[in-house]
Amino acid sequence: MSGGLFNARGTWAIFHHELMRAFRTWIGSIFSPVLTTSLYFIVFGAAIGSRISEVNGVSYGAFIVPGLLMLTLLSESTSNASFGIYMPRFTGAIYELLSAPVGFVETLLGFVGAAAVKSLIIAAIILLTATLFVDYQIAHPVYALGFILLISAAFSLFGFILGIWADGFERLQIVPVLFLTPLTFLGGTFYSIDMLGEPWRTVALINPIVYLVNGLRWTFTGSSDVGIWISLSMTLGFLAVCVAVIAVVYKTGWRLRD
Amino acid sequence: MTETILDIRGLTKTYKGGLKALDNVDLQIRKGEIFALLGPNGAGKTTLIGSVCGLVRPSGGTIQAFGLDLMKNWREARARIGLVPQELATDMFEKVHNSVQYSRGLFGLPSSPERIEEVLRSLSLWDKRDSAIRALSGGMKRRVLIAKALAHDPDLLFLDEPTAGVDVELRRDMWRQIDGLRDRGTTIILTTHYIDEAEEMADRVGVIEKGRILLVEDKTKLMARMGRMEAVFTLAEPLPEIPSILSDFPLHQSEDKTRLVYRGGDGTGQGKREVAELTKLLVGQGIDFTALDSHESSLEDIFVDLMEKQE
Ligand SMILES: Nc1ncnc2c1ncn2[C@@H]1O[C@H](COP(=O)(O)OP(=O)(O)OP(=O)(O)O)[C@@H](O)[C@H]1O
Ligand SMILES: [Mg+2]
Repeated sequence: MSGGLFNARGTWAIFHHELMRAFRTWIGSIFSPVLTTSLYFIVFGAAIGSRISEVNGVSYGAFIVPGLLMLTLLSESTSNASFGIYMPRFTGAIYELLSAPVGFVETLLGFVGAAAVKSLIIAAIILLTATLFVDYQIAHPVYALGFILLISAAFSLFGFILGIWADGFERLQIVPVLFLTPLTFLGGTFYSIDMLGEPWRTVALINPIVYLVNGLRWTFTGSSDVGIWISLSMTLGFLAVCVAVIAVVYKTGWRLRD
Repeated sequence: MTETILDIRGLTKTYKGGLKALDNVDLQIRKGEIFALLGPNGAGKTTLIGSVCGLVRPSGGTIQAFGLDLMKNWREARARIGLVPQELATDMFEKVHNSVQYSRGLFGLPSSPERIEEVLRSLSLWDKRDSAIRALSGGMKRRVLIAKALAHDPDLLFLDEPTAGVDVELRRDMWRQIDGLRDRGTTIILTTHYIDEAEEMADRVGVIEKGRILLVEDKTKLMARMGRMEAVFTLAEPLPEIPSILSDFPLHQSEDKTRLVYRGGDGTGQGKREVAELTKLLVGQGIDFTALDSHESSLEDIFVDLMEKQE
């Protein structure tokens, strides 16, 4: 299924349309991460963190910044992209996308690009909010930006798959609630997995989120529980798997074309 | 020979669950015509349109548009096809203007405020351009969907029940719009349940039922072929037999001999002339009648007839 060239204008149209859709609800989009981040800092940073001296050489408050960022990035990227594709399926508006001269690549770039950009904006908001509560440094800013981008893209792709797979609103919610959030909490968002005794430390290493959180943490603090290259390859691997799944979905028309 | 713009051969669609919605459909659409597809609910009209527009994956057969194979050169072909779906489905929170602009971009065209204004004005939507679509009435929503489908100036336009739920005035207005599109050279395929709509607008008519095309014919030929005159004379007194002077007319009697029924004509007015002549002869012969009921059979009669034969 190909022929013809890449439809750049179509890609831009999807991207623009999706971003505008997000901005229609910009109060929710911007305010909710600010609120969530503030709450976490008040509870974990101030209340609990004051009793924990340092983790891996940084204050506890600074230690949880990348964890919080990851927590929000994962849920926002996933939910943005999944709603983005699920809603037109639900309302029937997807007919236009399916009848247009856009294929797998254009659709993905448009939807995932928009979801990722929105995640970046949210990341910036979180990092700004965090400065109100803690002093933190970003040890490797370029890597940090790259990592944030990669993670946003990977989970936007994941959300896209979720939005295609879901055949009801509950299903759309169930994966984030049942898998993503627990794995993120268990993945060292608020603690170093070195704090866990064996065998739990080894068990924790099965959780893929551990590698993501630690990769991001390395770009902030310069140290982490696992190697940065392992983190990076895990993230890239996840991204590649998602792309492959979506390619198959488009090839077979699963859940998109009757 | 007129150019074929859409060539469907052996198109079959079996949905999951085994329902055969299209059964070996062959259909050729001519460039520049308005083609009306008629058929009862569930006949397969939407499935047929969906197969061409990329919403449905055909189980078999081939579709060519503009000489391009839709499976292979779908990008190129789809860029020139427009679709107004049966259901009012679009992002209802979006503003009219933005929605139409999005459609144009999606089909790969550079933005053109002039063209979009033109489309919106032609559908009387210009004043509503900044309204959210959900705030419009049903008929206006349908116009927005039409505007979206026209935003990329398609050469081939599918209208799936364009006038469903639209009031009489708006319907007439829409017919004018569609006529205007034809004048600009757009080929139009529409489905409808209103026979008068097909009769009014279409150049050719196709009838589909249970996934099979029963008939495709020029509307005027169809009307001529079957568009006949029926006239029923209710007689003052039963007539034992038809007088020989009337034997040249296609006449028969009801069983109780109280009615004389004429069935004839070819859709060109011959029927009306014959009935007039017949009336004079009856009066001349002193055969009295108390009522005369006549009507020319319409596409509707033909359609109903076809459907009944199927059963
Ligand atoms: N997605 C689907 N899955 C399974 N069956 C379907 C699907 N879509 C349509 N059908 C069935 O295929 C048949 C043809 O449906 P279609 O929508 O093409 O009919 P139609 O001629 O457009 O009818 P209407 O005049 O009611 O719009 C129907 O029996 C319908 O139930
Ligand atoms: Mg239909």
